[in-house]
Amino acid sequence: MEEMQEIIKAYVIKEYVEDDTELTNDTPLISGGIVDSFSMVSLKRFLENKYKISIPDDKATPEAFDSVNKICLLVKEYVK
Amino acid sequence: MSNIGSYDERIKDFSWSISEKELDYQEGIIINIGWHCSDRICLMGKAEKPALIWEGSTGNEKRYTYNDLRLNSNTIGQFLRNLGVKPEDRVCLFMDKIPELYIGFLGILKMGGIAQPLFSAFGDESLFVRLDNAQTTAIITQKKHAPKVRKIMDKMPYLKHLIIVDADPAKPLGDREIAFDLEKAEKVDKFEIHPTKAESPSVLHYTSGTTGQPKGVKHVHYSLISQYLTSKWVLDLQDSDIYWCTADPGWVTGTSYGIIGAFSNGVTQCVLDAGFSADNWYRFIEKHKISMWYSAPTAIRSLMKAGEEVIKKYDLSTLRHLASVGEPLNSEAVIWSERVFGKPFLDTYWQTETGSIMITNYPGMKIKPGSMGKPFPGITATVIHPETFEPFTETGKIGLIAIKPGWPSMMRTYWRNEETYQKKFQNGWYLPGDRSSIDNEGYFWFVGRDDDVINTGGHLVSPFEVESALLEHPAVAESAVVAKPDFVNMEVVKAFVTLKPGFTGSKDLDLDIMNFVRKKLSPLAMPQEIEFIETLPKTRSGKIMRRILHAKEWGEEIGDTSTLEND
Repeated sequence: MEEMQEIIKAYVIKEYVEDDTELTNDTPLISGGIVDSFSMVSLKRFLENKYKISIPDDKATPEAFDSVNKICLLVKEYVK
Repeated sequence: MSNIGSYDERIKDFSWSISEKELDYQEGIIINIGWHCSDRICLMGKAEKPALIWEGSTGNEKRYTYNDLRLNSNTIGQFLRNLGVKPEDRVCLFMDKIPELYIGFLGILKMGGIAQPLFSAFGDESLFVRLDNAQTTAIITQKKHAPKVRKIMDKMPYLKHLIIVDADPAKPLGDREIAFDLEKAEKVDKFEIHPTKAESPSVLHYTSGTTGQPKGVKHVHYSLISQYLTSKWVLDLQDSDIYWCTADPGWVTGTSYGIIGAFSNGVTQCVLDAGFSADNWYRFIEKHKISMWYSAPTAIRSLMKAGEEVIKKYDLSTLRHLASVGEPLNSEAVIWSERVFGKPFLDTYWQTETGSIMITNYPGMKIKPGSMGKPFPGITATVIHPETFEPFTETGKIGLIAIKPGWPSMMRTYWRNEETYQKKFQNGWYLPGDRSSIDNEGYFWFVGRDDDVINTGGHLVSPFEVESALLEHPAVAESAVVAKPDFVNMEVVKAFVTLKPGFTGSKDLDLDIMNFVRKKLSPLAMPQEIEFIETLPKTRSGKIMRRILHAKEWGEEIGDTSTLEND
């Protein structure tokens, strides 16, 4: 879990954070305006590629993507 | 009783002088949107009335009365003037939906500058082409967005000031950079408003077309006459209303109705600066007792997708009037809103170039779900033949929407692009570029765009801009970009790509290309799907036949392929 948190956090910082905003595993990503609804598609694609999973569109909700911790819980549901 | 009363009565002998009289405007005198939205409301005895209630993503709240709006916009106006910013200089607002954006807009107008709002999610390339076209003098931004500007500063010698509203005092600022803290700044009570007239430029909004670079739509202070009255009659803004316009002022709805319409009518408006979640939106309505809600089909369909259980958790009984803009509102959404909120969302049709609502549904008028409604009083609109440009004499015919020029908020030109502006007119009609029909009761029914521009979530994306960005990716040889149907956003961007030798299509390359476009242009322009193909369909003269790819995505007939290469 910890490794997954770090990987996802590092990816979010690299791809979506423009300045030196600090990110924790509970920082709101969608409701906090760090990742917008259009960019969620690329974040979902990253998770699917990285963990070789397929996340159904109806599970990829703003709520499920709203923090690194929530994303980890979602990903773990699909990782074999 | 709604403000408009009877639509049929209003269209008889309508004159824009109704609006001019209510705003105490007479031809030739000073008219300044910034002053009308703040000082004038104070002079009407509403200085202590809440003007703006802002809530951030962590639930933090800021409140401003109309007097606060007046003082703070004076303060920003004076700050710009002291910097040496001159009337008609372009001042870009590149911020999230924070109070400085709303107040800064008014401040720029008060000192005679031209406000140039740009969507804060734009990447550096999207930002550069718009700033370069406008030859922008100053940018007001937040520290989180400043790095995107710094990346392109060297290419912009005309840019004199990068103003950061939340600069970290511990960090040194670069050349041409300056900090401005609105909360800490000494408030300016007496400010000499620049004596703008009806035709003085006010706002420069950028919009995308099928080809060429984005176009700067120039508006003038007289646009207020349309924006005030349409807010009053269509959005039905009343003195006791708590209004919520969900649009970002980086786009025209966010300025025409998220700033000008609301404040010139003296209502209290709420702003939520947070990402979308159904729970959070309903909580916001309940907490602030929103009564008038102006939103977009994309948001409404996202709420539909979130289900009805979440609605039951909140008291939404304060909602009395709902309207929608950005793309056609499907009949299912109208029927859904009537069922779950007890009121239908009324569709409004207009665009960046028109500056205010053109064709719409009205409170109290019969609603036909899925219809655009009828022209606003004073607006002559019809449907014309796409080749002869003559109005159809029979109802039900599909043609081009056409509007008689001359309403107050009509764009005055495309910035440094008069030639393209002139092409928007045919046979004495302004053509917005959309197709529709009119039924036997005079209601308009939207059919689609008349070009290849992609309308995603109510925002126009140019396939040309995306294709150009794609070609800069090291793996891409050729590309064609089309709209793909989408339940929530109506359309999303899809790219067909051929690769250079040595590259192979893969999921990782797909993601890399998506992120490349997102950072360069914006999340809206990022292809939501990329299809790697061997060759693109082309005419024998080598022109990409985007039409064939579009038809494939929409399950339509491909049509005439006689000019197709290798056919």
